[in-house]
Amino acid sequence: MAEITMREAISQALWEEMERDERVFIMGEEVGLWGGTYAVTRNFYDHFGAERVRDTPIAEGVIVGAANGAAMAGLRPVAELMTINFAFLAMDQIVNGSAKIRAMFGGQFTVPIVIRAVGGGGRQLGATHSQTPDVVFAHFPGMKVIAPGTPYDAKGLLKAAIRTDDPVLFIENATMYQSKGEVPDGDYVEPIGVSKVQREGSDVTIITYSKGLQLSLQAAEELSSEGIEAQIIDLRSLRPLDLGPAIESLKQTNRAVIVEEGWRSYGVGAEVAARLYEEAFDYIDSPLKRVAQVEVPLPYNRELEQMALPQIGDIVKAVREVL
Amino acid sequence: MAEANVAVKTLDKKELLRLYHEMALVRRLEEEAAHLYQQGKIGGFLHLYIGQEAVASGLLSVRRPEDHVLTAYRDHGVAIACGIEVKYVIAELLGKATGVSKGKGGSMHLADVRLNYWGGYAIVGSHLPLAAGIALADKYKGEPGVTICMFGDGATNIGYFHEALNLSMVWDLPVLWLCENNQYGMGTAVERASAVEEIRQKAEGYGMPNSRINGMDVLEVRGAAEEALGYVRENGTPYFLEVVTYRFQGHSIGDPERYRDKEEVDRWREADPIKIFRKHLIDTGAFSVDDLSIEEERVDQEVAEAVEFAEASPDPPPEALYENIYADS
Repeated sequence: MAEITMREAISQALWEEMERDERVFIMGEEVGLWGGTYAVTRNFYDHFGAERVRDTPIAEGVIVGAANGAAMAGLRPVAELMTINFAFLAMDQIVNGSAKIRAMFGGQFTVPIVIRAVGGGGRQLGATHSQTPDVVFAHFPGMKVIAPGTPYDAKGLLKAAIRTDDPVLFIENATMYQSKGEVPDGDYVEPIGVSKVQREGSDVTIITYSKGLQLSLQAAEELSSEGIEAQIIDLRSLRPLDLGPAIESLKQTNRAVIVEEGWRSYGVGAEVAARLYEEAFDYIDSPLKRVAQVEVPLPYNRELEQMALPQIGDIVKAVREVL
Repeated sequence: MAEANVAVKTLDKKELLRLYHEMALVRRLEEEAAHLYQQGKIGGFLHLYIGQEAVASGLLSVRRPEDHVLTAYRDHGVAIACGIEVKYVIAELLGKATGVSKGKGGSMHLADVRLNYWGGYAIVGSHLPLAAGIALADKYKGEPGVTICMFGDGATNIGYFHEALNLSMVWDLPVLWLCENNQYGMGTAVERASAVEEIRQKAEGYGMPNSRINGMDVLEVRGAAEEALGYVRENGTPYFLEVVTYRFQGHSIGDPERYRDKEEVDRWREADPIKIFRKHLIDTGAFSVDDLSIEEERVDQEVAEAVEFAEASPDPPPEALYENIYADS
């Protein structure tokens, strides 16, 4: 076990998978000579060469589209979108391509593409570069959508994403690259579509993922000092969505808060809450609470931007309200 | 294209007859499809290939088995020219379990990967990036195939077209970009939608070698395709072929065709690719009228049997609803 950053964990997963399987290659904007705009693929170009670390034009439609085609034809492309905000330019290829090509032709093709995309707000990048639109992509059957919250899960889930025959959108959060965690040496794979208890507790359940996990862990520490122990369930994957551990936790706590960085309406919280009411109504003693982003395009001004994003204090407050 | 025409003259009679058979088969299939649609047996949209038969048949008569083929949603003729048996096409049109795409795709989504036919795609332009990626996979793996990507004139105005053509040049991808210019994107004439009327000029912008040919003459298409595919094979880089053709029917069934005159359609019908080829075969003494009549009867018989097969085929079972969504199903 070594303590490494999220950036290193993702980088290691890519490096090891490329060493393991020659079919795996990377394509995207500035992934090669530049070394990745978030430095995830630094040194890859020198080591693996231009054929396997392919710098593309700034043209997201053909980045995802050509990766779809290469995946259909037996390669294992990892297509990097510099930010998830640019995925909207490739929306048709993701939604009408990656997610549907297998079903539409009666199972003749598989599309083992991984689309890596960086999302999240909080860096004063303005409205178009700060979004957390994860649920948009999770809406479509045929896709798998993963968003890890720890370096351990990032490495194990990215390896799983590369190895599965299904199309995967792998969402990273730009403010989390420096966050550290324990990661075992050598190869391991985490299962896709299995949520995970990231903190034990018996007073309240917090269901979250990605950046929300970090915030929730800190909120839990604050609550612990008041004698409130939160059990934290990390969804890790939005499609497939596994609520098994959340329901198990609810049976004990009977109270839950759902935390996400994205907007509230039609969000992860909305979906999770609806399913919990459908499947675990008898275990819920207090109305579920959602902590999410204020529904505005994120402003540039630092103070305003932070007002819009979910904060640790918001989670603490929501927990107190459900107790 | 002079050299290619010499090659065409040396075509053996068997291949000439096969070409005639195939074009007649596509025509008959489409007429039957229209009939089945009117009977309510085909749902959704139905885009017929009538008038454009020489393009798919001429082009794909010179493809090699390792060459991948993709096209847009007007895909029945391409499917036949890729070697899919007509009964599996009609079964798909009827949504049957025996259809090429198991009844999940319908008219616009025929494919048979065993025949290297990678499908018809219904979002205009969306398969051009796929073609670039399939060609990249060949190049990456050191395999010899050319990716043949067919699309209409309408697709050349969308961003995908430009992104894919550009990438294919930047990355030296072995793609034959083949524009079937049937002169209308739905009801909008080329000159009303495209800044240049000769679509091949768009390839110029990417420094891509190109040509524009008559798509109503199957032998001309075949000759040009042979040369274009040869270029891609030899250089490992793209070529752009614009084939000027015309669809005799509306965009899809139910198109009131307010955007063009009957006179224009009649004029183009004079250039019917099957009539022209038939006349050529008789005039050159290759075949007699009787020879070709026998072939036409065979085609009628083949389509009738295919319809019978398709109608007798089962619908997909209810459990098929959840199959083939992910790789483990």
